Amino acid sequence: MSGRDADEALARVVREHAGRLAASLVSLLGDFSAAEDLVQDAVETALRRWPAEGVPERPDAWLYTVARRRGLDVLRRESNHRAKLARLRPPAPAEPDDRLRLILICCHPALSRAAQIALTLRVVCGLNTAQIAAAFLVPETTVAQRVTRAKRKIAEAGVPYRMPSEAETAERLGEVLAVVYLLFNEGYLSSTAERAHSRDLTGDAEWLASLLCGLAPNEPEAAGLLALIRLHRARGAARFDPEGRLVLLPDQDRSLWDHHAIEDAIALLTRAARRHRRPGPYQLQAAIVACHAEAPAWEDTDWPQILTLYDMLRRLDPSPVTGLHRAIAVRHVRGPGPALAELADLAGPLAGYPLFHATRADLLRALGRAEEARRADAEALRLTANPAQQALLRDRLSWT
Amino acid sequence: MKYVLMFIETEEFAEELAAMGELERDAAYAAVERWFAEHADRITHHRHLAPKETATTLRLRGEPMVTDGPFMEGKEVVSGYAEIEVADLDEAMAVARSWPACPVVEIRPLA
Repeated sequence: MSGRDADEALARVVREHAGRLAASLVSLLGDFSAAEDLVQDAVETALRRWPAEGVPERPDAWLYTVARRRGLDVLRRESNHRAKLARLRPPAPAEPDDRLRLILICCHPALSRAAQIALTLRVVCGLNTAQIAAAFLVPETTVAQRVTRAKRKIAEAGVPYRMPSEAETAERLGEVLAVVYLLFNEGYLSSTAERAHSRDLTGDAEWLASLLCGLAPNEPEAAGLLALIRLHRARGAARFDPEGRLVLLPDQDRSLWDHHAIEDAIALLTRAARRHRRPGPYQLQAAIVACHAEAPAWEDTDWPQILTLYDMLRRLDPSPVTGLHRAIAVRHVRGPGPALAELADLAGPLAGYPLFHATRADLLRALGRAEEARRADAEALRLTANPAQQALLRDRLSWT
Repeated sequence: MKYVLMFIETEEFAEELAAMGELERDAAYAAVERWFAEHADRITHHRHLAPKETATTLRLRGEPMVTDGPFMEGKEVVSGYAEIEVADLDEAMAVARSWPACPVVEIRPLA
């Protein structure tokens, strides 16, 4: 195993167990902050010792033991916590999974998005501050402060550790799915060959979505999000050329796609859609990506179907970004002129969004308005921080 | 836990209220009264504040200064408050969510 594979294998083991340990500890202690500290401590110890000593046969029992010992040590003065910690045991396989409650507290709407993401990665996935900082390209102190502030807010503002009422659960799950989706997007857009050393957050997002599917089987949007993430990841191998440059969908070598994974994801999506008959934004987005994934070649793309799906999506989620993607479908069904007209209303809200300008440049170029296209590309380049996107736009500016 | 719900008025809301006919305004006030009655067991006390034009702000650090108006000259001003006693933030949010009048409510736990 290469260093990276070994790290990933280790991360996977940690991820399987850290969240359950955290859930047990929070229930037991009723103190989110103290529980979180103990989990981080156990995870750090594991990451330090397992590479040399090997992963123990029962990693869960190992982590629980380390957390209990450490807890008895650091919480010496809190006899209340100590008595409880003495009872800490890894849950038996038949015990219900308590992690949904844990995820809901990490993604509580009273916390900022950035804090929700950082907490979820630390508490549910067992990432440490350094890994989160590297993945988001921010200083470690920033992540540490975010987590500290969030934990303080949970304690001082009285964020409860209990399942919300049934009526509230759907809304709160929506918040969780939004966090996972954002995490996936962040990981997907920042993944480049150059950054191969940092953690692949899309893997964590997929794992979280799959966990949510199991924990909230009555929410078809969880399945929709999981299918969406899997469909994107199935095409990962074709997204970069050997030099690490971004390859756009029309130019991708479709033989590099994982067609088996694509079939599975589409089957998952179809099952959820048939069983619940409650379409939502993630299911629709997944259905759109499925249209692309099923086309044997770019020329075979079923654009009228994609446009229909975008129309449905726009009714549920009338955001400017949805409008932008819909405009691309309009281009392929009705031509670049009508598509450009669709963009007119979006210029204000998407002025700072690089993809808006890149799309506009494409349409202008198709209409033979080369000079305006160049200016739009230059604006997109100015706005993007992503090296792969920058390279692509620079390339376009030097060729056109 | 005790929380204070701060009711915050926006300019648009003040305009809407001003534009209402008498019947409509009575209905709006009745909705607020119903809300207080519904949550009476959780509300420890509550007050409506006089309009922002009556506010006076003192800045005590540096050169002491007295100014006419609320502490922040903004489009949103606190127009009243209610102190509630509930189990946790989720309950406080549930109470605040059903508030029928001005469009912004800030929830602050009492220290």
